[in-house]
Amino acid sequence: MNIVVCIKQTFDTEAKIALDSQGKIDSQGVNLIINPYDEFAIEEGIRLKEQLGGEVTVVSLGGERAQEAIRTALAMGADKGILVSDPSLEEVDEWVAAEVLAKAVEGISYDLLLAGRIAIDDGSAQVAVRLAEKLGVPSVSSVLKIEADGEKITAVREIDGGTETLEIPLPAMVTAQKGLNEPRYPSVAGIMKAKRKPLNVVSLADLGLNAGDLSPKMVVDSTALPEARKGGRKLEGEPDQVAKELVQLLRDEAKVI
Amino acid sequence: MDLSTEELNIILQTVRTFMKKEVEPLAEKMEEEDEIPRSLLDKAAEMGLFGISIPQEYGGLGTGMVGKASIFQELGKGPNCFISVIGCHNGIGSVGIVMEGNEEQKERYLPKMASGEWIGAFALTEASAGSDASAIKTTAVRKGDKYILNGTKQFITNGDIAHVFTVMAVTDKSKGAKGITSFIVERDFPGFSIGKKEVKMGLRGSHTTELIFDNCEVPVENVLGEEGRGYVNALKILANGRAGLAARCLGSCEKLLEISLTYATQRVQFGKPIFENQIIQHYLANMAIEIEALRSLIYDVARKVDNGEKVIKEAAIVKAFGSEVYGRVADLAVQIHGGMGYMRECEVERYYRDARITRIYEGTSEIQRNIIARQLKKEYGL
Repeated sequence: MNIVVCIKQTFDTEAKIALDSQGKIDSQGVNLIINPYDEFAIEEGIRLKEQLGGEVTVVSLGGERAQEAIRTALAMGADKGILVSDPSLEEVDEWVAAEVLAKAVEGISYDLLLAGRIAIDDGSAQVAVRLAEKLGVPSVSSVLKIEADGEKITAVREIDGGTETLEIPLPAMVTAQKGLNEPRYPSVAGIMKAKRKPLNVVSLADLGLNAGDLSPKMVVDSTALPEARKGGRKLEGEPDQVAKELVQLLRDEAKVI
Repeated sequence: MDLSTEELNIILQTVRTFMKKEVEPLAEKMEEEDEIPRSLLDKAAEMGLFGISIPQEYGGLGTGMVGKASIFQELGKGPNCFISVIGCHNGIGSVGIVMEGNEEQKERYLPKMASGEWIGAFALTEASAGSDASAIKTTAVRKGDKYILNGTKQFITNGDIAHVFTVMAVTDKSKGAKGITSFIVERDFPGFSIGKKEVKMGLRGSHTTELIFDNCEVPVENVLGEEGRGYVNALKILANGRAGLAARCLGSCEKLLEISLTYATQRVQFGKPIFENQIIQHYLANMAIEIEALRSLIYDVARKVDNGEKVIKEAAIVKAFGSEVYGRVADLAVQIHGGMGYMRECEVERYYRDARITRIYEGTSEIQRNIIARQLKKEYGL
């Protein structure tokens, strides 16, 4: 079974977010990691390959540094990598990302597409589903378990208050939820082997795309850091009076009830 | 062949995640039980952390000193017992075989040491021979195709979990330091046993034991390097480890600065965070100054090592400075934390105890200064 895993390089979960002089998120000196949900997808792809044979190709879109994310996936056990890197892709929205990834994926023979359920940076949870739509394959999101044979997969996904088991014909897109598996660490031996695995860096032109046709449908006007957390407030007095006051504050001030 | 920046970055990121997910959560348990769970060492082995300094042709990572130092720096940020086991194995526990071993010895030992199946240790110190390493009394007498070793080694890191020991013993007493030979001893050689496990001030989880040689039979082919070169080998092995040891100290210092900075901005006294007090700011600034100086020094020395330059003096300087900076930084970290810094529940208390040994083992600060002074005299042709 040939598998394509779409991954994104994101900030480390512990990175301190700061804005640069232009009010944009500053990535200087920040540790970059593979989006943790995408790690589940990589791990699952490798497990399915180990079980059923075939090849795992990792595809990503990003700058120079994103090669490191792909190389890490290769070190974990994926076979090939493709990075779409183009100066005109500095600012992309989910639509552009899906359009570009679709072109990159089209050239690969695949049975199953995997991706993380959501990226921890912008949290839009759109690209994988848009990509499936663009490629005309069914998609299942937030999957906790996958069983596959050559023809179809059985996926268990999270729904409100429980799980749902679905059978989907291949090819299909599946997005990974936390709990799908425990990703392996790339081993030293894996890192050595990864060096010799193919990693193609392609531009928009290589994919037959034109930057002019890919202007984002969504534009970010400004970015702001969340307001610093304020200290708590302590209500004092008789219990019934304090309770009333609390309810009133929750309703009128915090607006949570 | 050294690692590319990209490969090193992948390793460092992996180590960071490994420390956060696997090692840090066990810190208290390891301290309490004075034990690193075997399962953690197995995971580290699976990742390849036991092969950091073992050449690639024997299944290791074979990184140069810059790579090794940066990995040790990451490992040093966590509970020091873990880096103690890994660092001892990758440092003095295996570099003897890497540097001095013949092809057969390398093939027999290094692949299993790189995979973590066999952990390494270094056995020089004895009751009457610490800094004066040439005063060792353990003897090795040739008998046919074997050497018979007798004596007791003490304070041997990894003693109880190691399988392969680089052991110094006297083969010709009349020749003094030139009558010492190094041997590779396996744990199951007849006549070899592990003695008492020491109860230490810190580094709980990393074990230090006695080794007892009671007519221990070591095959002739297990002589490491030439007969009579054991003392020189020991000094070379120790010198090789110095930048790595300093890098561990650097990692711990960075961690202590981070913890102290966070605490200082949160701890309120006299109605304001203690960070607002200039003295606390200066403490933190002093930590940062020393840390930056140490970082520059370590990587400068490491680059020189990788360029094949002779760094006897520089290695001694970096070891002395690194361990002493760690001591001062740990002391300030406790001071900033006040009473809390003295409590077992506060992790700076653990680093404070763990820091103390770094000025002593693998060559005391005093011995490093002897080396530095001796080299200075040579440099000036005096």
